[in-house]
Amino acid sequence: MRKAPAFLLLGLAPVLYLLRRRVAASERVSLHYDDGSAVTLERGAPGFDRLLALGRDALSA
Amino acid sequence: MDPASALADLTEISSQVRSVVVFEDGGSVLASTWGDGDSAARLARIGHDLLSAAAVMPLGSRRVTQVEVAMAIGSVFVVRDGDRGIAATAAAGSLSGLVLYDLRSCLGALAKDPELLADTQSEQPSTADA
Repeated sequence: MRKAPAFLLLGLAPVLYLLRRRVAASERVSLHYDDGSAVTLERGAPGFDRLLALGRDALSA
Repeated sequence: MDPASALADLTEISSQVRSVVVFEDGGSVLASTWGDGDSAARLARIGHDLLSAAAVMPLGSRRVTQVEVAMAIGSVFVVRDGDRGIAATAAAGSLSGLVLYDLRSCLGALAKDPELLADTQSEQPSTADA
């Protein structure tokens, strides 16, 4: 009976890990410039967190 | 085309777009799909901040004209044209190319009649302090 929570935790851990990876993979920032070029920033890029936080604020507006 | 019609057309054509605000360079609201001025002012300020934050990134001297922030809960798009910008929130998984095209078209349509935007701005003094 005591083992039930441990098994539950072990079973849920991979699911939570995959869900977190999936959410992180869906996060990206694209910048387009006046010369027609564009860059896509991913997690870890300079400024990414600031832009993502602003995006979250916008969606909660 | 008046701003209200332009924004109504935009949300009709681009069904993934939830809300839109047109703003001036400083972040003051010119037109929006909201009746509530506070929400429009907030999105306008965030749109302005997104462009400002993107502009200081160390990616050369090019001028940022469009920003897209995509998340699992939705996307945010900002387009700048001269001293005006348009910001929109959209459903997750929106086709960014289409949304950005529609936003550019909307901003372009409004730019053809600057007097109408000036009229709208004068009718919404409470949103100008964003």
